Amino acid sequence: MSNEKVVTVTVNGSTVKLATPAHRTLLEALRHEGFVEIKCGCEKGDCGACAVLLDGEPVDSCLTLAWHADGREVTTIKGIGQPGNADPLQKAFIETGAAQCGYCTPGMIIAARSLLKDNPDPSLADVKRGLSGNLCRCTGYTRIFEAVQLAARELRGEGEAA
Amino acid sequence: MLPPFDLSQPQSLADALQALAGKGDTRPLAGATNLVPDLRGKRETCRDFVSLDGVNELRYIKRDGDRVTLGARTTMADILDDSGIRTDAPALYAAAEIFAGRMVRTAATIGGNVCCGSPSADTVPALLTVDAEVTLSSVSGQRTVALDEFYIDYKKSVLRSDELLTSVSWNVPPQNSANLFYKLARRKGDAITVTGVAVMIAAEDGVCTRARIALGSVAPTVFRASAAEDLLAGKALDEAIIEQAARAAADQCAPIDDIRASADYRLQTAFSLTRRLLTQAWKQVS
Repeated sequence: MSNEKVVTVTVNGSTVKLATPAHRTLLEALRHEGFVEIKCGCEKGDCGACAVLLDGEPVDSCLTLAWHADGREVTTIKGIGQPGNADPLQKAFIETGAAQCGYCTPGMIIAARSLLKDNPDPSLADVKRGLSGNLCRCTGYTRIFEAVQLAARELRGEGEAA
Repeated sequence: MLPPFDLSQPQSLADALQALAGKGDTRPLAGATNLVPDLRGKRETCRDFVSLDGVNELRYIKRDGDRVTLGARTTMADILDDSGIRTDAPALYAAAEIFAGRMVRTAATIGGNVCCGSPSADTVPALLTVDAEVTLSSVSGQRTVALDEFYIDYKKSVLRSDELLTSVSWNVPPQNSANLFYKLARRKGDAITVTGVAVMIAAEDGVCTRARIALGSVAPTVFRASAAEDLLAGKALDEAIIEQAARAAADQCAPIDDIRASADYRLQTAFSLTRRLLTQAWKQVS
């Protein structure tokens, strides 16, 4: 039962080979490989801490079987931006103090990226709905919503720097 | 950690049906957004799955005249990305909008939501109000069943173990109609429905020509409040008749107490939400 199989996944542009049985989730397989920037939270698709982009679409990696990622591209928070080359969302989270303990932040930014891709000018209600699959147990939602709207303004070229 | 299980990965519908044929306890796995938590929580005992992830021929939204057909592997995100579902099935669109969270909507499929058979499956009340039909396929052929006749009991349906639900279809609502869905829950999205109500009201010359009312989370299965529907058909609706229909809908409920709400609260909200949606719908069409 549940033989191992080697799946090939491109993570943040690099090819990674994962030897995994059918019952391993993408979250478990990638964290085991050292991608610990993907956070493990509720493991049932409620909290969004484990969110990654799979071929550009946001998924909960705790609900995604590693076998289903074979031949596909995964983007983690480190693929969104790095210190010195941060994404506008990451900058906005720093600027507004939207990260408290920081555990939910990678997933929040992954979900917010998808929201802003689909809707560059989201209302507050749109932001709340876009992030409804992400829980912040510090309950720091107000600043998270501010950060997403700040990043949206930056990306539309309406930021203070523009 | 999930319990060990076997997973085959067919790349075509024919191979998927073959993998399901002749085996008692092999089940399909699509978005897995329900299945993975159920496996982890030891609620799911099956250990042999057929993945539909590679069966791309089941992922489509097709229109043929007034008929809309969704392949079973169409995701909630696909429904929201499509330009037409908002008008072809407004209640379904509304249900998809607040379905779980953004990440789950990428993976969760319409076929999975229908087949899990949960009384709180949010797409089901919406689909019942457009008289949706489901196609069930197996190596020995296929049959089409009205969604209204699909469920037998709590998480039980007429789907045989060798069959796969391959599509969901319906006719677009008539011109002068309103099709609404309301999900009562602790929050919009990422929450299990306490009471879900969908209605469809069509009218011509000030008379209700078609009434559909479907309720979720208030009985072992999602169901149509047929007695309430019968009260409305052929009449000009007013406050009194709407109240009477909402009462009839609530009378058909058989809710339970659980951690989300009491049976009593569910009964009261089934009544008030049905009344509210019928009032709104009638206002839109009259």
